[in-house]
Amino acid sequence: MDNRSRHNRLQDWLPKLVVSPSFALVLIFVYGFILYTGYLSLTDSKMLPSYGFVGLENYRKLWKLPQWWTAIANLGIFASLYILFSVVIGLGLAILLDQKIRAEGFLRPIYLYPMALSFIVTGTAWKWFLDPGIGLENTMHQLGWTSFSFTWIKDPQMAIYTIVMAAVWQSSGFVMAMFLAGLRGVDNEIIKAAQIDGASTVTIYRRIIIPLMRPVFLSAFVILAHLAIKSYDLIVAMTGGGPGQATTLPANFMYSYTFARNSMGIGASSAIIMLIMIFSIIIPYLYSEIRGEKR
Amino acid sequence: MRKFLSTAAAAALVVGAATFAQAQDKQSVEVLHWWTSGGEAAALEVLKKDLEGKGISWVDMPVAGGSGVQAMTVLRARVTAGDPPTAVQMLGFDIVDWAKQGALGNLDSVADKEEWAKVIPDALQQFAKYDGHWIAAPVNIHSTNWMWINKAALDKAGGKVPENWDELIALLDKFKEQGIIPVAHGGQPWQDSTIFDAVVLSFGDDFYKKAFIDLDPATLGSDTMKQAFDRMSKLRTYLDPNFSGRDWNLASAMVIEGKAGLQFMGDWAKGEFVKAGKVPDTDFVCARYPGTQGAVTFNSDMFAMFKVAEDKVPAQLVMASAIEDPAFQVAFNVVKGSAPARMDVSDAEFDVCGKKAIADIKEANKTGRMLGSMAHGYADPAAVKNAIYDVVTRQFNGEITSEEAVNELVSAVDAAK
Repeated sequence: MDNRSRHNRLQDWLPKLVVSPSFALVLIFVYGFILYTGYLSLTDSKMLPSYGFVGLENYRKLWKLPQWWTAIANLGIFASLYILFSVVIGLGLAILLDQKIRAEGFLRPIYLYPMALSFIVTGTAWKWFLDPGIGLENTMHQLGWTSFSFTWIKDPQMAIYTIVMAAVWQSSGFVMAMFLAGLRGVDNEIIKAAQIDGASTVTIYRRIIIPLMRPVFLSAFVILAHLAIKSYDLIVAMTGGGPGQATTLPANFMYSYTFARNSMGIGASSAIIMLIMIFSIIIPYLYSEIRGEKR
Repeated sequence: MRKFLSTAAAAALVVGAATFAQAQDKQSVEVLHWWTSGGEAAALEVLKKDLEGKGISWVDMPVAGGSGVQAMTVLRARVTAGDPPTAVQMLGFDIVDWAKQGALGNLDSVADKEEWAKVIPDALQQFAKYDGHWIAAPVNIHSTNWMWINKAALDKAGGKVPENWDELIALLDKFKEQGIIPVAHGGQPWQDSTIFDAVVLSFGDDFYKKAFIDLDPATLGSDTMKQAFDRMSKLRTYLDPNFSGRDWNLASAMVIEGKAGLQFMGDWAKGEFVKAGKVPDTDFVCARYPGTQGAVTFNSDMFAMFKVAEDKVPAQLVMASAIEDPAFQVAFNVVKGSAPARMDVSDAEFDVCGKKAIADIKEANKTGRMLGSMAHGYADPAAVKNAIYDVVTRQFNGEITSEEAVNELVSAVDAAK
């Protein structure tokens, strides 16, 4: 065996060697703990993990809890509006920025920067901004517009929409960046051909470019959907789940039952339900991606 | 490479052993708590100094967050890892839950020698003892059925402290006429429930006991309970529109500044008034919630002592003894705004409200009217407490009617039991 083949062997092994620690860590701390949570959801764990097997009892209890239904309903409102508005605004901004305007290099990061903030910062800022006592309403009153009223964040019926506003503000810039990349990828020849055929700009976008964005829509949907399902920090910073339970989402429910209410079994079962929700979005997506690659 | 690894491992071992030896040199206690606000931290400093005088160093482990939820999460991790802190600030049923897990130590040797059983109210002993053994050292007694009234506003409204529901409503109406917010409140589940504690108690000790301590379904679903919820709705009409999510100390500040008439809150609120330089009976008035004079819904901060390694036990026992030292009980509670956990401590150094609290607790202890506070985990385990919170806070915020709340209370408590 000469030096050279040894060198080659090392080169073959090196990538695997470098990746293996992180692979092992992910295996234990992500998949291992998913399995552990799944197991806990079938046990009578209360304050600390305990291993008395109770079957699906926790799931039965979970679906009977009105708070869980509230959380699911809130997630339904939040996720659908959040995804819809982020995509619409993101696409709109991308199209506007795509008009070969001068200051694009300056404008793009402005829309993108909210994504660099943590949801805690976003939540706190929006909490202050929307608080009738110190924020927008108060400012308007001081400016002399005393009939101005905007108390959504304190209104159990409307509070969930303020969460949508903050989340859309944070994410739509990111969606814009995704669409912008997609728009730049569109073949100029197609557009030129359409222009020669006499199509207007609106028609070109409506009939040619936006349909070409299908994969971007899909990616945006998957990313936003899983962000919505795992939303926790935004709620904590903005409303603490209140007023009442008007803005509690499943992740907040899970934390509260597992750690504050000594019902670890129910908490674990709600975590598993959230995992199933995310899987039901991700798996069809991955499947279509893989199939697409093979084709 | 192999040589390098083994050298590194050996070095790590040596360093580890050295730190271990250092820790052995001096006795120390590690204390997990959530007393991080100004007044609370100052009160804790008293204990720290005391122990340092006895040659025991204090390893502070503060986890901020008023309700202690975050602290409990940290504790869970530490205990699961087999490395519990020496002492942990804890409330009511949490202590019992940890004792059930077999995680707590035994303070009998100190407690018996110093005869704690004779001076600590029975109601507290139910939580500080498990299976006949002392597991926790009570620090103080807070009571939750208080009103804190702005004196100037009260004087303008006739100066009479309300003694029943009708008088209370009349007073609140007068506050409204004065153009101030009648009730300062923060819309957080535990604060809503603190008011609910007092409202339920005002229908009588028996009703409170049956509802919150015995969790009797007939009582929870009774007409009286519906009446209690109706009173919550009535009180809700006296709040400012901006109450939800406000912290309790900001609500206290509204009474201090005269923007609001009164606040229903436990006696930790007094700390805020005193810190703002206000004098009881001159600037503000403390009174029991109308119709609850003589009874006390209590909430006691205790240090639960965990099962620690043999060599750490002596320091733990010294700490327990220091907590029950009458001098410490006075020094700490004067600062914290609570009453001492011992019944044999002089009230000379306390202000008017402190003296009233001590006298009320002594009386309630004799007449058996010391009742654990539901809102603060002294009536029910965490799961039940939070189930009641859910219903109370939803009804208070108008998400469900009193009628629905009563039905939901029965089923929620039943599901959480």
